[in-house]
Parts: sequence; structure tokens; C-alpha cells
Amino acid sequence: MNYISIKNNQTILLSDIPESNYEWFYDKNIDLVSGHPERHCVNYFGYKSGNNIKLICCIADDSTHEILISTCLVNKAHDLESFTNKLLCFEKFEREIHENFGINYIDHPWLKPVRYANNRFDKSQVIANYPFYSIDSEELHEVGVGPIHAGIIEPGHFRFICNGEQILHLEIQLGYQHRGIEQLFIKKKKLLQRATLAESIAGDTAVGHSVTFAHVWESLCNFQTSRDIEFSRTLALELERIAIHVGDLSGVCTDVAYQLGSSVFGRLRTPIINFLQEWGGNRLTKGLIRPGRNQFPFTSALAERLKQVLDIFEPEFNEMVEKLFSLPSALSRFERTGVVSNADALSIGAVGMAARMTNLNRDIRSSHPFSFYPDLNHQPILKRHGDVYSRVQIRREEVEQSISYIRKLISKIEPFIVQEEILKTPKPNSFCLSLVEGWRGEICHCALTDKNGELMFYKIKDPSFHNWLALALSVRNNEISDFPICNKSFNLSYSGHDL
Amino acid sequence: MIDNIKIVYHQGKQFIPNPTTVEVPGVFRGRPLISREKVNETELLDLCPTDAITDNPISIDLGKCTFCGECARYFPEKISFTKDYKLSSNERNRLIIKEGEVNPIEVNPDTVRKEIHRVFGKSLKLRQISAGGDNSCEWELGASNNVQFDMSRYGIDFVASPRHADGIVITGPITKNMAEAVQICYDATPDPKIIVLVGTDAISGGIFAESTAIDRSFLEKYPVDLYIPGNPAHPLSIINGLLDLTRKH
Repeated sequence: MNYISIKNNQTILLSDIPESNYEWFYDKNIDLVSGHPERHCVNYFGYKSGNNIKLICCIADDSTHEILISTCLVNKAHDLESFTNKLLCFEKFEREIHENFGINYIDHPWLKPVRYANNRFDKSQVIANYPFYSIDSEELHEVGVGPIHAGIIEPGHFRFICNGEQILHLEIQLGYQHRGIEQLFIKKKKLLQRATLAESIAGDTAVGHSVTFAHVWESLCNFQTSRDIEFSRTLALELERIAIHVGDLSGVCTDVAYQLGSSVFGRLRTPIINFLQEWGGNRLTKGLIRPGRNQFPFTSALAERLKQVLDIFEPEFNEMVEKLFSLPSALSRFERTGVVSNADALSIGAVGMAARMTNLNRDIRSSHPFSFYPDLNHQPILKRHGDVYSRVQIRREEVEQSISYIRKLISKIEPFIVQEEILKTPKPNSFCLSLVEGWRGEICHCALTDKNGELMFYKIKDPSFHNWLALALSVRNNEISDFPICNKSFNLSYSGHDL
Repeated sequence: MIDNIKIVYHQGKQFIPNPTTVEVPGVFRGRPLISREKVNETELLDLCPTDAITDNPISIDLGKCTFCGECARYFPEKISFTKDYKLSSNERNRLIIKEGEVNPIEVNPDTVRKEIHRVFGKSLKLRQISAGGDNSCEWELGASNNVQFDMSRYGIDFVASPRHADGIVITGPITKNMAEAVQICYDATPDPKIIVLVGTDAISGGIFAESTAIDRSFLEKYPVDLYIPGNPAHPLSIINGLLDLTRKH
């Protein structure tokens, strides 16, 4: 058996990962994923090892709650066969490996740049010269949007090929947000600097990425967190989910020109994020989660306050959501708009809401549970149609589910344990992988340490890395005027993708 | 119809009557105070993730500060964060808070460009550019115009095109990959125009200041009219900053 099976947040020695030749590595990983919807690739990356490139592939198995890690050493002068030719879900991972190291895949459909990373292999490739797909036809026209969009959102370029008002094809080009975060993780040596970086990966998922980084770091340092630390993290993750889902419902209403829903959901986000500020001093939860400590212990006074907030929030949210879901003019814009089939979601390796909307059960809270999720016995919310309506329904039901989890959690607060911060140096020559279900979906961080226990390589994967392709597929054969609502109903991260 | 009226009725009055005087709830890390207490300065300086704290005298540069509060946690007798959300100035140096300083941070009316009050005093339309922003300042800029903060009551709005704008608002440290787009957007905005930087990342690069993936040369070419610190900037910081800049005192 040339792979090692680990649990979420487990640290192993790098030498424990069995190394195989590329032929075996290729066959085995394809074999693991192909025809197995319960398995998918959570991370696949390369790093420099002498003059060669070491590839590490991480396949999560949701039924056994294990992650299967395999590795392979390749010489970049040699052309490789691409996984993508067999399984589309590896498409972006291989493009990234090609962009960073110049490894050539002979049968990859199109090795386009992913984000024009600062550490890319070929610096002559610049973002202004992105090779868009185009169709030569007198009937078709192209529409280019971005990188700067009409609203207050992050930059990215969308290139549509349209037949009249109908979209035939959409290509999404990203990379504008690239800040070199993975390199900074190595360069910045202080733990607080790294924690600050983690919460800046995607500022709307500050809790999600901070918890993932904290789990990686604590596992590398063999630090056992007390119950109250994980209690706060679970609570923060669910509050972040409510805040953003409600904000997204507002955005969706804006995009179908439903003013009342837009205003009411927009303002309903405020009591939740204002509570987060009352708890940790920042509306977007920056500074709330730190490795190895409970930065802002959750007190019974805070629990009482949160209960008050939810008691007011819940009926107001329900009233608005019931109205929205009974409005024919809104539903007619949601239903059968922006459909992604289950087969497509599976083939591209969609995660989080983008998977669950097509009845593809991917939710780390139940498949690789962490923090308090084993106690909560989380049941993922699944929809079948894969359209805007499914995505809106998931948000509504997840908000209701998160409220019930929070009520359950705060009925019995974990007492604050004053724990000596004994974060030792990370274990040398090690590998750690951590998975967390943020509000968008699965977040995966991998860390590698060198012989002195220094961070040698840090790999971040935001769920958007998988899901941008789902958005591109969803708009095919839709009217271009429905693009905004499709985009908003996914609400993917630009900065989390570009890093 | 009756449902709609019920919903509106149940919302009650949501708007904040006066965003220039309202108090923020709970804990908030706003303008810091630095006492003259003697502490181990090396340790204090070493704590800061972005080197925002400097010595002789001990001071905090809010243009670099991530408002993480670590310094106040370990040196509570030296540093405390007040709930004052008025953090903006038109002068970069005014963002540096020194030991013993208790005065509020203000826009200096003497150094504000003459045309700003006259042209933008009653109406200001802005084009926002996210240039490596992590979507936290973007959320807060959006929140500035929700029904609670309601910035448009002052005639301040965000518009879709730079052609309709009186200035640009930049968030994020300005990545190399966005540098050209920032320049094009600025060039497309008609004169007279202002530049506003929102958030620590935009003002100094923040935690990304040393990254080789950013390119801040745009900011060397043009004068910045307003700095709004925060990580992210609070909607009240944003509204008060823009009002201080454009309204007569």
C-alpha cells in the first residue's frame, strides 16, 4: 500500500508518507477517486525538493473519515501524463503545479495560468495577456467584464461568449488579488504574524481560515486544546455562517430587484456581526481566533446577550424569509436558473454548498468532524436541483440549523480553563493537514516542517478553488442578465482563490 | 400587501439618528491611548505583527496597526484601545499616536485641498477599487450604505463607473496584478478627483507590506486625500472620515 491514511488534524512524519513512482501515483489516485463519489481530492500540490519537485496528493474519504496521502518525486524536465485527462477535478491543481514549477503535462486540455502567482515559473506570462478561449463566428459576440466590477466587490475578469442574450460559454480569469500569502507564511516567523495572515486569506471567512491554521499549528506543536477553546471556535464558525448567509440573501434580493428583501436581510446581518464585535472587538471577527489560546472566553453574560439577539433575530428572519419564498416574482427568477447537475458537480470536485445543492453530500462537519461537531451530530442540508433556488434554500435552512446549534451550545457553556500557552516548536520533518467546513465549504491547509521544526511549506486551499468552475458551468444557456444572481448565489472568494 | 406592511412595521426604525455621535456596543478597538508608564520596550515592540509600534517616544501608527489588541493584552498599563471610531485624517502623520497623546484624530482643514469643500461638500460619488482587499473592508463599505448607517443621507454614494465618480476608494495593499487596473480607473475619473485609502492594507500594505507580489507605486504618484484606518474600517469610521474631509467645520 503506497499511501498513508490519516485523520483530520493529524501530524505525521514526512518520511511516513510512502513515495512511489509517477506511474503508480497516477494509477492509484485516479483509481481512488474514479467511481467513488465519497472520495475527492482535498489538496494536490508540489514543492521543491532539491532539483526535483515533490508532489503530494490528499484524497479525503468521507465514508471512512480518513485522508489518504501519497507522494511522488518528479523531475521537471520530464513530461507527465495528466490526471485531468481522466478526472476533471484535478484540472486546476495541475494547472497550478504547471504554473509554479513549469512541469509539462502532455495530455492536459489547456495549461492556462491560474493566478499569475509571484513565484510562477515563467515570469514572461503576465495577467494582461491571458489566453481566453474564443469561438470564431459572425453570429456570436463576446462580453468582457472586470477586473473592476460595478459593485463594491473584489476583482476578477469574466469573459462571456454569447449568442444574442444567451450565454454559450463563460470563462473566469482570476489572479488580480494575489498577495503572495503562502510565501509570506514562510517569510513571517512570528506566530501572531501568521495568525494575522490566516485571517486575511479571505476576510469574509476570517473564522474559517483562522480555525484551520490554528488546528494545523496546534497539531504540529502537539498541543491539546481545552474544550472551551473548541467551544468558542464552533460558535464563531456558526455565527460567521449566519452573518454571511443573511448578507447573501440580501444580495440575491438586490439582484432580482426585490427592495424589501434586500433592505431587511441587509440589516439583519448587523445584529449578528455587532454581537461578534461585542464578543471580540471586531465585526468581521479579526483577532477572535488564535492558536493555542482562548483569546476571548465566552462568558455566561455573553451567552445571555446572544440569546437575546437570537430571540429578536429569529422571528424577524423567519417573517422575511417566508415572504421571499412565497413571492412568485422572486421564485420565477430563482427556479431553474443557473443549474449545475449532480454529475457536473461531481466531475469538477465541487465542495460545500456548491456540492450540497445537487445532492452531493460534502460537509466536513459530518465527514471529518472537528471541534464540537461530533457532539452536535451534524446532518448536512441537501437539495437536488442545483439551481439558484437550491442555493437560496440551503442558506435559509443553514441559518435555521446554525441558530439551533448555537442555542444548544450556549445552553451549556464550557467553563474557561486558564491554560498555560505552551506552544512548543513544531515537530521537525512533519506534515499536517487540517480540514474545516467554513460557510462556503471545505477549507484545507497543509503544512510541512523542515529538520529544525521551521515551517518549510504552507499550502492553502479555499473552497472557491474548486467551485469557480461550477459558476462558469451554471450560466451556460442562461440569459446574460441572470449572471449577477448566479454569481451572488455562489458568492465565491476571489482573495481566497488568488492567495 | 398587508404582509409587506407588517414586515416594515416589525422592523421599526433602524437608522442610526446621528452616526457622528452614536456609541458602538460592547468591546471595540478604536483610537488607542498610550500612557507614560515605563515598560519593557523591546518586548512591546516585538509583539506587534506589523511593526506599527515604534519607540522614542512609544507610538502606534494606525496606518500600520491591525487592531489585533495584542499590545494592550500584554501591556494593559501602557496601551489601551478606546471606543473612539473617528480615526481618519488627511495627513499620514496624524495617524501616529504618541505616548501621552489624548486628542482626537482629525482632518486638518488647512491642508485639505481647496476645491474639496466647494465641489464635494454636498454630494460625493465614489468608485471603489478592491486591489488585493480581502473582502472585509469591502463588506464594511457596503454596510456604510445599508438602512442603519445610511451614508447616502449625506449625499455620499458609491457608483458603478469611474466616469460618474468624484474620486476613488482603494482597499487592499494594491497587488502587482491589479496595479494597471487601478491606474486605468483613476485616469477614467474626471477632475477634480480625490483618492481615499480604506483599511490598514491600503494605507501601508499592512501584513503584506513586505510581499513581493504587491506594487504600491501608484500611491507615490498622486496625493492621497484621506486615510481611513481599520482592519477592516468600521462603517462609522468611514462615514465620519468622509464627512470630516468634505464638510466645513
